[in-house]
Amino acid sequence: MHVLRLIVNELFGMFVDDEFLALSVIGVVIAAAIVATVFHASSVGTGLVLVVGCIGVLMSSVVQGAGR
Amino acid sequence: MTTWATAAPAISAAFLGSLVEVVEAFTIVLAVATVRGWRPALTGTAAGFGLLAVLVLVLGPVLDRVPLQALQLVIGVLLLLFGLRWLRKAILRSAGVIALHDETLAFAKETAELSESARHGDRHLDWIAGLAAFKAVVLEGVEVVFIVIAVGAGRGLLWPASLGALAACLLVLAIGVIVHRPLARVPENTLKFGVGVMLSAFGIYWTGEGLGVEWLGHDAAILVLALGFLAVGLGLASLVRRPRQELA
Repeated sequence: MHVLRLIVNELFGMFVDDEFLALSVIGVVIAAAIVATVFHASSVGTGLVLVVGCIGVLMSSVVQGAGR
Repeated sequence: MTTWATAAPAISAAFLGSLVEVVEAFTIVLAVATVRGWRPALTGTAAGFGLLAVLVLVLGPVLDRVPLQALQLVIGVLLLLFGLRWLRKAILRSAGVIALHDETLAFAKETAELSESARHGDRHLDWIAGLAAFKAVVLEGVEVVFIVIAVGAGRGLLWPASLGALAACLLVLAIGVIVHRPLARVPENTLKFGVGVMLSAFGIYWTGEGLGVEWLGHDAAILVLALGFLAVGLGLASLVRRPRQELA
């Protein structure tokens, strides 16, 4: 059970280290999905939301991490 | 048909990503072998590989049944989480904000723990040593399996990605056998920086495809995205870089 718990923790840790980063990335993907489906945006619009959003989230997370 | 141009990014991303993980697992296995001999080290390693093989055999057929667009979206989001996490950590490490990963230290720590158990006359030490090797192979191997599936699934690139990972295993094993010590000189953070850049680019690309985006230039967009992340990563590292005296 100990090994199993370790594997589950490791799996979770593979994707979530900084909670702000993880939640914000999910938020960006949801925003891109809304832009694509609700507003029927072009590929360029949806792609831009993804690219700009993810880069913005990364910048913000790194600056926050550096300030800690 | 898979061309070299489409397979190369998958092979290199799987190779570099796996290299980091295999070095970490190798360090622990070598520590186990140094303290308790190769028998428990190899038994633990073989058991770890066995569990990983079962994982791949179970996951493989499941992936074939998932609709392509859903698979691209799920893997894209997971890749974004995984890649951006690596990139963030690599940026903070290269800027001197957090400490670099040290294989020599990891080797010393594992060796000390096993030696301490030996001093206390632990009768089950071979079993504990084998378990340490097993855990290292499984925990680092799970990440290798994810990287291979993430960069290879959905585009028929599982074989090229697997070959990249296998090449990383063989390279680490060959160097490890020759030098017989932790591979502390492997530039772990530089590799993580590069892989973080590539996986983040793959992540945006797959997530976009899953949402119906038709990328300009198709696969070439991955390269443009990677260059963008590289520029942002390098810029951020220099922006938050700490002067040396602050680290002391």
